[in-house]
Amino acid sequence: MILSETYRKIAVDGIWNNNIVFGQNLALCPLLAVTGTATNGLGMGLATLVVIIASNGLISVARHLIPSEIRIPIFVLLIAALVTLVDILMNAWAHELYKVLGLFIALIVTNCALLGRAEAFASKQPVRDALWDGLMMGLGFTLVLVALGALREISSAGTLFANASLLLGDSFKFLEVTVIPNYKGFLLMALPPGGFIMLAFLIVGKRLIDQKLVQRNTRTVPSGAVVAE
Amino acid sequence: MKFDPTNFSHWQEKIALVKAFLKVWLEPSNLARLRPTLEFQTGVLAGFALLASVLLGVTNCSTESTILQRLNEDLAKSLEEVVPNDLHDNDMLLDTVTIPSADYNLGADETTVYLAKKSGKVTAVCFKFVAPDGYSGAINMIMGIDRDGTLLGVRVLSHKETPGLGDKIEVAKSDWILSFVGRSLDNLTQAQWAVKKDGGVFDQFSGATITPRKSVQATYRGLQLFKAHQAQLINP
Repeated sequence: MILSETYRKIAVDGIWNNNIVFGQNLALCPLLAVTGTATNGLGMGLATLVVIIASNGLISVARHLIPSEIRIPIFVLLIAALVTLVDILMNAWAHELYKVLGLFIALIVTNCALLGRAEAFASKQPVRDALWDGLMMGLGFTLVLVALGALREISSAGTLFANASLLLGDSFKFLEVTVIPNYKGFLLMALPPGGFIMLAFLIVGKRLIDQKLVQRNTRTVPSGAVVAE
Repeated sequence: MKFDPTNFSHWQEKIALVKAFLKVWLEPSNLARLRPTLEFQTGVLAGFALLASVLLGVTNCSTESTILQRLNEDLAKSLEEVVPNDLHDNDMLLDTVTIPSADYNLGADETTVYLAKKSGKVTAVCFKFVAPDGYSGAINMIMGIDRDGTLLGVRVLSHKETPGLGDKIEVAKSDWILSFVGRSLDNLTQAQWAVKKDGGVFDQFSGATITPRKSVQATYRGLQLFKAHQAQLINP
C-alpha cells in the first residue's frame, strides 16, 4: 500500500515518534496496572485500539459543532458514553471475550490518551485522518503494552503469553511459551514497582535507538541509501 | 393516518425543507459564527448529553435481558462444576433458599443457596461466597456441599489476586482448588483447616501465602454456615 506523505507521517508519529507512552508519556496508569503479563497487555491494547478509533472518528465528525470553550466536557461525555456502550454491547454479544477483556474496558474511561488525541488531533482534522490517527496511536500503544508485558512476564515468571488461549481462542495456544524452564520467579517484576523499572528500561532503549538513527542518518544522508527505505 | 399522494408530496417537501435548512445550518462558516454564543454552547452541551443518555438508555434496555441470560448461563456453568449433573434432576437456578449469613464474614448478609434435588430429595447444595480479605480485594467463590456436609468442589468465580502468583487459585491455572474435594468439618479439625504454613493440610503457593490462606478460611466459614442451617436446607 502506498501512503501519502501525511498518512505516513501520522503512522510514524503514532507508532514511534509521538507514541502515546514514549512520546506523550500518557496513559501510564492503565499501562502499569495491566502489563503483568503479555496477554493482559494485548487485551488492554486491543480494547483501547477499538475505542480510540471510534472516539477519534466521532469527535472529528462533530468537530465543527463543538465550541472550544466547552470542548473538554463534550469530549469526556462522548468518550465515557462510547466506552460504556462498548462495555454493554460486549457483555451481551461477546460474553466470553468480555469475561477476559471486561476489566480493561472499564479502565479505558480513565485513559487520558483518548482525551489527548481528541484534543490534539481529532478535533482539528478531517474524519479519515482522525480514524487513521486513532488506528496508529492504538497500534503504538498496543505495541508498548505487549512489549512491557512480555518483559515483565519473562522476568517475573519465565513464561511468555501465558493463558493467551483464554483471550484469543484455542488456535493461539502456540503463543504460550515457557522461556526459562524451572524459573523460580521474581516477584518484584509482577508487582507495580517492576512495571516502573521495566518502563524506564524501555524508554531508555527507545531513546538509544533514536540516537543511533540520528547518528546514522547524519552520516549517510549524502549517499541517500537510507532515505529510500 | 390516511395515505394519499398529495399528503405524501407534502411530507416530501417538508423533509426537503428540513434538509436544506440543516445543510445551511451545518456549514462550517455558519457554525463558526454560532459557536461563541452562549445559547449555542448550552444547546450543544445539552444536545450531546441527551444523545449520550438516549444511546445508553436504548442500548441498556435492549441488552438487559441478554446480559441477564448470559450471567445465568455463567452461573449454571459454575453450579455444574461444583455439583455433578448426575446428583440432580431439577433446575438449580429456580430451586433456592435464602439464609442469613451476616455472622460468617462471607461478604453478604444473606446467601442464596441453590438446591440440587433428585426425585424431590435434596442431594446437595451450592452457594456463592466471598473471601472479603484476599491479598488485593475480595475473592468471589462458589462451593458445592453434599447433604452430609462433605465438599463436592470449590471454584473461584473472580478475583484480583496477583497474576502469576495468587491466581493459582483458579482451576484454569493450577489444580490447587481441587484439594478441597472430599473435605468436611468432620474429617479435618479446625486447626487442620489452614495452609501448611499455619499448621494445616492445604498447600500454599511459593510467593503467595495470603491468597490461599484466605481462601481456605473463607471455605471453612462457608462450611460452618452450611452446618448451622443443615437441617433446614436438606429438608426444606
